[in-house]
Amino acid sequence: MLPLLWLVPAIPFAGALTLAVLGPRMREKAAAVIGTGSIAVSAVISLFIAAAFLTAPPAAGAYTQTLWTWIDVGSFRPAIAFYLDALSLVMMTVVTFVSFLIHVYSAEFMRGDEGYSRFFAYMNLFVASMVTLLLADNLLLLYLGWEGVGLCSYLLIGFWYQDPANGLAGRKAFIVTRIGDTAMAVGLFLLFHNLGTLRIQDLMHAAQSQWPVGSAYAIAAAALLLGGAVGKSAQLPLQTWLPDAMAGPTPTSALIHAATMVTAGVYLIARTHVLFALAPPVQFAVAVVGAATLLMAGFSAATQNDIKRVLAYSTISQIGYMFLALGVGAWSAAIFHFMTHAFFKALLFLAAGIVIEALHHEHNIFRMGGLRNELPVAFWTFLIGGCALAGLPLITAGYYSKDLILWSAANSTAGGMGLWAAGMAGVVLTSLYTFRLIFLVFFGRLETAVSHRPGLAMTVPACVLAFLSIVGGFGKLPFEALLATALPQFREAGGGMSEALASAAAGLAFLAGLLAAWYAYLQNPSLARSAAANPAGRLLHRFWFSDWGMDWLYDRVFIRPVVWAASANKADVIDSIYDGLAGAAALCYRLLSATETGKLRWYAAWIAGGSVVTLAIVMWL
Amino acid sequence: MILLCLILIPLIAGALAWAAARWSLSACRWIALLAVAADFVLTLVLWGSHSPAGLGTWLAEADWEWIPQVGIRFHLALDGLSLLLLMLTFFLGALSVLASWREITEGVGFFHFNLLWILAGIAGVFLAVNLFLFYFAWELMLAPMYFLIAIWGHENRVYAAVKFFIFTQLSGLLMLVAILALVFVHHRATGVYSFEYQDLLGTTMPPGAEMWMMLGFFIAFAVKLPAIVLHTWLPDAHTEAPTAGSVILAGLLLKTGAYGMLRFVLPLFPHAAASFAPIAMALGVAGILYGALLAFGQTDLKRLVAYTSVSHLGFVLLGIFVWNPLALQGAVMTMICHGISTGALFILVGALQDRIHTREMDRMGGIWSTAPRLSGAALFFALASLGLPGLGDFVGEFLVLLGAYRQSIVLATLAAIGVLFATFYALQFVQRAFQGPNTLNWRIPDLVPREGLVMALMIIALLWLGLYPRPVLDTFEPVMARIEQMAPGR
Repeated sequence: MLPLLWLVPAIPFAGALTLAVLGPRMREKAAAVIGTGSIAVSAVISLFIAAAFLTAPPAAGAYTQTLWTWIDVGSFRPAIAFYLDALSLVMMTVVTFVSFLIHVYSAEFMRGDEGYSRFFAYMNLFVASMVTLLLADNLLLLYLGWEGVGLCSYLLIGFWYQDPANGLAGRKAFIVTRIGDTAMAVGLFLLFHNLGTLRIQDLMHAAQSQWPVGSAYAIAAAALLLGGAVGKSAQLPLQTWLPDAMAGPTPTSALIHAATMVTAGVYLIARTHVLFALAPPVQFAVAVVGAATLLMAGFSAATQNDIKRVLAYSTISQIGYMFLALGVGAWSAAIFHFMTHAFFKALLFLAAGIVIEALHHEHNIFRMGGLRNELPVAFWTFLIGGCALAGLPLITAGYYSKDLILWSAANSTAGGMGLWAAGMAGVVLTSLYTFRLIFLVFFGRLETAVSHRPGLAMTVPACVLAFLSIVGGFGKLPFEALLATALPQFREAGGGMSEALASAAAGLAFLAGLLAAWYAYLQNPSLARSAAANPAGRLLHRFWFSDWGMDWLYDRVFIRPVVWAASANKADVIDSIYDGLAGAAALCYRLLSATETGKLRWYAAWIAGGSVVTLAIVMWL
Repeated sequence: MILLCLILIPLIAGALAWAAARWSLSACRWIALLAVAADFVLTLVLWGSHSPAGLGTWLAEADWEWIPQVGIRFHLALDGLSLLLLMLTFFLGALSVLASWREITEGVGFFHFNLLWILAGIAGVFLAVNLFLFYFAWELMLAPMYFLIAIWGHENRVYAAVKFFIFTQLSGLLMLVAILALVFVHHRATGVYSFEYQDLLGTTMPPGAEMWMMLGFFIAFAVKLPAIVLHTWLPDAHTEAPTAGSVILAGLLLKTGAYGMLRFVLPLFPHAAASFAPIAMALGVAGILYGALLAFGQTDLKRLVAYTSVSHLGFVLLGIFVWNPLALQGAVMTMICHGISTGALFILVGALQDRIHTREMDRMGGIWSTAPRLSGAALFFALASLGLPGLGDFVGEFLVLLGAYRQSIVLATLAAIGVLFATFYALQFVQRAFQGPNTLNWRIPDLVPREGLVMALMIIALLWLGLYPRPVLDTFEPVMARIEQMAPGR
């Protein structure tokens, strides 16, 4: 089964190619069959591969498949080769399976859209790139997948291209993530220059044997890779692109901007964990970035009124948890949270998509309400997803993964109570904004009439994901055992918090947020309004609402100067040197031609004057 | 003999095409197309038949006496580098004939005469290994290109053509002086007059003289390349030229500058070039950033694409003077891929201008809804231009950066930021021309099959170069290895 690995990215790629070439002449049905079918085949193959991998693990816990040597210059010989171990296996299986569900959903959601086949072409290309990223055996191929998913993200955010705002959001996403990618590229140069290869496994071995813990090279390399990771995963300080990315169609937000692509940074750090372990300051920075991001995004999420933007900030915040886990060395906890998050966040977006479509593309949660009975499937699935996100104890998957991260933060050697406290505050916030959303959208009075009800293609994927959002957490122990073959175990510091205590605290934090939301939005709705109405509250609200003013800052500091410089220098100041030369030549011409007057006495005077000067020069010099 | 054919076929076919245009325009176009295609097939045959073992010396050679008293010979020779550049020449040449099929309606015969003679001149530049012959071919490219711009160009064509002519002619004269000086220095050392490349290699010369002669060559090639400061002829010439002219300018004429650096500046004057390298590398990086910023500020589509060339050729200059195997191979890879991707962008912009009669992005928008294939192709080549992995340009630029990092971390980092800048202009190009609302209600025909074929060929070429560049890299690898060996201290 394992030799079929190359088909997992190849089939979606072929699907994308077919749709790009033949799509415009295709009927919607055919495009949906090709677009969804290719992902279905890919998902089935990856399930078979997973089964084969689990029943008969390859030697050394990893399988490598080399297709061809990509570039061959001296010692630089990256190959198009795939590397399958427990880590990439988990990621690949989750990605293809969730992608399949979202493709099925899209087949109905996008019906009647002018760019139906174009949508599926982009989505298929995305899956192909994402799987390439995950399976890449060397960092250059990983970079190919990395840029490929960035491209698809740009294309899909700006999918409805006739509105310039969508195009702007797409460009913002591409450019901001590419800022991180530039750092990552420099990191690749550094790694190749100093270690002589880009194959990930060789790199890790070489780094371990050549660089001591805390070496400057390891710190620089890890920091540069972290630059790429914070861009792609929308962490501080490059998180500003993700909320705007919600301009894309909702299935895109579910797939790319919640479940899969934005977690690529998490994958990158887990994949190169050896480097980060060699660079303790950078690894600590990962934890701090995660903790700060999860808090900041949590506050922002609680102030948004666009349903998708709430979910976007929540994604940023949840990836913050994954970064926190990576930073304290709880590698498999991060990947576990990636998996549960992929289920429940994709689910939340799909359910939100049902609501949005039912209400004539209404995004404002204050114009929703009372949809509990109108859209029962959306309500129940959204409720399950929301509970998983907020971490409803014992039942939901999100509780298990987040609980593991919080416990790890409290008990790690590098971490400490500060990181744990930030995580706990995040739980309160998460629970607060999640139930704020649920109460405003599904409870209370009916604000907008329902005009459209979802079909089976939209409800079934949501139900499957809802199921997974619950049972996904029960597999914690086998999951950790599997990942232990690819990632190091979490090293517990002695004398920390017991697991029971940590769980109880997390459960209480969840309840606190739930109660606060219930009191402020259901019991006493005027409270939230009056809090936002007083001057200090209004200021704070505006500050959080606008993502802590970072967009404003970047606009002033980076965007405007570059745009101004480019437009001011449109005519190229260097060309004026040559214009000056040409002008000087023209001036000489005019001066000299002015002497040609046709007046004999002037000529005679010039001849006489010239002779005198010449004689003078000859005599005295 | 086959080398002589490569030059003679376009020369003769050019004359034939001019004559044939009196009777039938399509005969004229077909003659031109078939001649260039025949040359392309010849280069393919050469590529297919070369044996890896024979890569050490010339793959093919042709040598006749011309003016034996002063060592001037009609001497052509081919190695992996010139072979690939010739393939690129005739590939783009054939596509430019196709791209002009409907665009050129006045003076069709003379147009194709000029086009083919430029190609012959370029082939001569890539093949000549006698400096006199090289200079001859160098000048042969110039006059037909001047006519191409001045006669079939757009609004401001005469200004652009004169500017192009003055820049290249003056810098060419500097090279002529340097060539003569080199021949005299060689005569003083050996007592023999010779313009032969092989003879002049390794001439012993005083360091000061070496630097001056190197600069004579360097400036001539830097104008063509173009290096920053000497680049201002380029946007005017590219913008005003007809589509075929822009394709050949960007795709091929610029490459003759880079080729000259690789073939002559580094091997003939290794010490001077090595001490000059930091300045040249800095110029390359400055060009990358400054060109990208200029491209970002443009509103005229052709001007925008023209400035991207300044940026991309900065990578070539950087790679050449970094002078290690990674960077050298990256530079050549960038030359080839830039020829295709920028050539394609010029063809697309030309096709668009043909349909809506403007190049101003302010008067565009929403083209995607009416011409999706044209817009999709533009998106593809814009992505190639911004260095998307999987397409050829990425391979070249990445190798240059990887090599440059070994020389200077700062320059490599700045150049990597240049790749980021490429995102600005490439996305701006796509957004303002093809996306957004179609406010002016353009209703235009999409790509016709002839144009679709041209685009498909270029897309396939870039994908191939991006995903499986090894055959190409292997072809010029021995040449680059030899150039690398010439670096002082190695």
